[in-house]
Amino acid sequence: MELSEHIKTANVEDVTLKRPFHPALRGTLCVTSHHLLFSDRKDEASWQLLILLRNIDAIEKRAVGSSGTITIKCKDLLVLQLEIPGMEECLNIASSIEALSSLESVTEMYPFFYRPSHLTLQGPWGLSSMEQYYKQTERLWDRWRVSTVNSDYSVCPSYPSAVIVPREVADDMLIRSARFRQGGRFPVLSYCHHRNGMVIMRSSQPLTGANKKRCKEDELLLQAVIDGSELGYVIDLRSAQQAQQARMTGGGFESKSCYSHWKRIHRHHERGKVVQESLIKLVEACSDPSHSVDRWLSKLENSKWLSHVHSALSTAGLVVECVERDGHSVLVHGSEGTDNTLLVSSLAQLILDPASRTVTGFLCLLEREWIQAGHPFQQRCAHSAYSHARLKQECPSFLLLLDCVWQVWRQFPLALEFSEALLLRLAQEAYASNYGTFLCNSEQERCAAGVKENTHCLLQSLLKPDIEEQYLNPLYEPTDLAIWPSVHPQSLQLWTGLFLRWTEYAQNMVEAREEVWSIVKEHRERAGPDQTNNTLSTHCETLTPFENLMDELTIL
Amino acid sequence: MEHIRMPKVENVRLVDRSSSRRIQVGTLYLTATHIIFVGKGSEDRNELWVLHSLVCNVVKHKSSQSGYPLLIHCKNFQVIQFIIPQESDCHNVYISLSRLSRPEKYEELYCFSFNPNVDKAEREHSWDFLNLKAEYSRMGLPNKLWHVTPINREYRVCDTYPADLFVPKSVTLPVIVGSSKFRSRGRFPTLSYYCKENHATICRSSQPLSGFSARCLEDEQMLQAIMKSNPGSRFMYVVDTRPKLNAMANRAAGKGYENEDNYCNIKFQFIGIENIHVMRNSQQKLIEVSALRSPSMGEFLLGLENSDWLRHIKSTMEAGIFISKAVAEEGVSVLVHCSDGWDRTAQVCSVASVLLDPYYRTIKGLMVLIEKDWVSFGHKFSHRCGHLDGEPKEVSPVIDQFLECVWQLMEQFPCAFEYNEKFLISIHNHVYSCHYGNFICNSQKERKDLCIKEKSHSIWPHLWESKLDFMNPLFKPDQSQNQGLLRPSTAPYCFKYWRRLYNRFDRELHPRQSELDCLMTIKEETQQLEEELALYEQKLAVLDKERAKTLYMQKGVLDSKQALWSLPLDTSLANTPQDYIGGFIGGAPNVFTLQQGERESAELSLFGDKPKSSDADSSDQESGVADFSSHSSGEESLPTVYALSVTALFEER
Repeated sequence: MELSEHIKTANVEDVTLKRPFHPALRGTLCVTSHHLLFSDRKDEASWQLLILLRNIDAIEKRAVGSSGTITIKCKDLLVLQLEIPGMEECLNIASSIEALSSLESVTEMYPFFYRPSHLTLQGPWGLSSMEQYYKQTERLWDRWRVSTVNSDYSVCPSYPSAVIVPREVADDMLIRSARFRQGGRFPVLSYCHHRNGMVIMRSSQPLTGANKKRCKEDELLLQAVIDGSELGYVIDLRSAQQAQQARMTGGGFESKSCYSHWKRIHRHHERGKVVQESLIKLVEACSDPSHSVDRWLSKLENSKWLSHVHSALSTAGLVVECVERDGHSVLVHGSEGTDNTLLVSSLAQLILDPASRTVTGFLCLLEREWIQAGHPFQQRCAHSAYSHARLKQECPSFLLLLDCVWQVWRQFPLALEFSEALLLRLAQEAYASNYGTFLCNSEQERCAAGVKENTHCLLQSLLKPDIEEQYLNPLYEPTDLAIWPSVHPQSLQLWTGLFLRWTEYAQNMVEAREEVWSIVKEHRERAGPDQTNNTLSTHCETLTPFENLMDELTIL
Repeated sequence: MEHIRMPKVENVRLVDRSSSRRIQVGTLYLTATHIIFVGKGSEDRNELWVLHSLVCNVVKHKSSQSGYPLLIHCKNFQVIQFIIPQESDCHNVYISLSRLSRPEKYEELYCFSFNPNVDKAEREHSWDFLNLKAEYSRMGLPNKLWHVTPINREYRVCDTYPADLFVPKSVTLPVIVGSSKFRSRGRFPTLSYYCKENHATICRSSQPLSGFSARCLEDEQMLQAIMKSNPGSRFMYVVDTRPKLNAMANRAAGKGYENEDNYCNIKFQFIGIENIHVMRNSQQKLIEVSALRSPSMGEFLLGLENSDWLRHIKSTMEAGIFISKAVAEEGVSVLVHCSDGWDRTAQVCSVASVLLDPYYRTIKGLMVLIEKDWVSFGHKFSHRCGHLDGEPKEVSPVIDQFLECVWQLMEQFPCAFEYNEKFLISIHNHVYSCHYGNFICNSQKERKDLCIKEKSHSIWPHLWESKLDFMNPLFKPDQSQNQGLLRPSTAPYCFKYWRRLYNRFDRELHPRQSELDCLMTIKEETQQLEEELALYEQKLAVLDKERAKTLYMQKGVLDSKQALWSLPLDTSLANTPQDYIGGFIGGAPNVFTLQQGERESAELSLFGDKPKSSDADSSDQESGVADFSSHSSGEESLPTVYALSVTALFEER
């Protein structure tokens, strides 16, 4: 069926649009295959509102006399209302939105049609490949190699074609290990610490099952990771009990007897549906400003969102402690190894690695640890907080990551090169985008759908030709140290920029951010380009190495 | 001194509450004014000073292996845990501290012995720093409608009011006296804030003694006169800040609230802020939540909810918003009262003033506001803050709530305030510290009788000196939304937990880098550069003139120009991080420790006081110095891993 067949009424006149911070507008509403347009003038070249239909999470229809009202709730949490004269038109518009906002086929989605004049489809797609990453990271060359055992995605359908593994482990061993891991996600390198060469590995759970199966190759692979040192840590993102239970359904954990040099630590993390429901509850709590403070606090508590933020940051801190302070390598996994695993491994890198705190570094981290590593974006971000549809595989793991990064930025406002605006942009793009970056669930699917040939890459366009000023942190001052966040509940806050984005509260913060920029710019003008950095670096002494080392995450 | 049973205890362990692994061994001293802990290692920064007046309570805990724990809770929310080896020593310290922290007479308070090395003239001058007369004239008073009544000059009509009070010109002395007899404690309606633009006023009083049916003609005339003094309006609001039930209950005791039928053209409104007892219990619960060691997210949020603290902050804020809107938007005058008119009334009037008038959002303005609405109008600081040993039921965090309302507003309007939260925290600290005379006693009359101005010092000039530390770099006075009335949102998510106050001494809970400090440095440097630029431009202009005069000296002039320009370049280079790191590598580790200590002392002085000389040093520190971290690298108690990381760091450098 052609997309246009979903459109029964393309244009409606005399529609009233109501949205936050704007006076009500009267104009023409227009539905196209991928967009909802609203214009208050006759010529349709200029519009007041252009919404990707993909961005619409839920709509509510209401009849008022002969006209109808549609409330549109977007995945970026914007809520707006359209008053449409004529019941029939209203119902037509509503059904078009419903059908076109939830297209199943990837190639029908807007990124395949988005052709802005300033971008071309020629040239490489994405920022970096695993091979390039390896080439650029000299400290890996000695003990690690790039394996293309998965080049046809047959060993692990959700892994990229190339992965980094211990040099001494041959491809056939990887194949065996993959058979022993859920979804074939055998242990691969995620990060190698620049200070001591210790690594963070990630995988899925081993398939030990009820009768405690073993896999020699998997054991050898992990043995090769720690390479003679006494100890490595397995950070299992499930409680000990859950890990035990997983054996009943064929899963399991690395037992002490088989992996004698690995010490297992269990950290309970909620996953899937529970986290999605948490997001729904939080957004619901935020959208009713008439609550009393008590009701708000209990709803905030009840949503458990901040508890998830808390666990993610604590476990990431634990990983960093193992790597940076204790000098041991770490293997992180939960069950599938596609959600919490990536969350923890990427957060740990942000805390440990100064390179991942630059704009390019952070985007590369996301590309490597989320997009290439096979976070199933299409499934996880199919719906956001407003949808009434029955939950399938939605889970806001990526949003949780961005929230945690925001918390780190709040605590280290000078340490990240990027700004909150970049995090907000990414949060939006993950759910609905002009670009192909977050399409599909894995590299394999992206290959099959021709994403790289037929869509533009968000990460590239963010960096080209120059990163926009609003995505930069004016106070950025790089530091080589690990930035240990405090994970005390008193130190964690609701991400107002995201969850209260469409309230006055967030608007005042925008004003403050602008003021920060104007102070910095005035200084740059006066000081001239050469001296700009000096003040900032002098000031950066406040982040003293000592203070930083003294800092203890009360995790262990 | 006679209360000190035990002036010195050796081998006391100071436990860092954030991590019981960090323990400092040293000597504990009790002086007439301070508890002093000196850590072993004898480096001078390794000290902890706590003023007795800041001690809220002392608790002995069950003995442990290492000794007898003593827990000290302070009014500025610091919690200190000592472990004392001998039981008898612990008991003696406990008894001494219990007495020292609860003085029975004003004369025992620290402000009377605090002597910061300034002469008499300077001290007197310090009390002239704020002038309420000037503040009223800033508002535009006196004018043709309002004047100062001499009636309370001797505090005879109302002993808890200040001597100078503004009333409508049309009101006669008998009317004032009559009205005052009809009000609790004689606190008759008088002006608190006057809005120049539209003549609307905020007036304040205590509750009327109306009982079930009593009325008072003079009181009715008084309100009528206040209403009439706002020529544009046809009615006025009377705001009773109590819950309706409480006000009704008061009627049985012959007190109560205004009957709309008896007063012409008033609109009566209850606001429902709870009383001091509810607030005291609420804050107690909040403090318990803040002191939880590594609670779960759920425990923390539920504890916060159960304390009800933010709900009370919200109701205070809402009262302020109601009044500020009545004055600014409707142009209607408001009379505010609660029971006695010195707690909720002070809160609400001052919150409304901050919302209404940008002046109170400046450093000087907030000082003036506190001096006017709180100090002069007889907020009972001694009772509410428990300065002296007395009725514990009189203690209540009324002023804490006002400061917190201002903080919540600062969070909502980051560019609207000249001051930052350090200023509020500093004020909070000094309200309780009894370090300066401002917040001693319960009324202006008591302070006069006690000769506070002759015997102690004023806090305001002292805070003014540290102005730079209290500046908000984002302050934009010219921005339209920061002028005039602030319209805060009262959505529940706008009320947040004030971590900087309640966890002030838990350093590990706060951001490691300060955005505002960084911006302040940048701003200062910009200004400095601008000044330098202006200076050089001036000099250049002079040089140009000279050059015009003496063309043949041109070459020489150019040389000196170059010399001028190289100067600022050098100074800025001297400031690079390389130098700092260079010193770090070259010197022994303790060089670094020292720098750290110095910076800490600078940081701390934001909250406490900068020692002016070594003499003043011993008497001038009332707040804790929690910087043992910088010395603990040599401690045995630290994990070896930590030491390893330090060496790694050195190697890396």
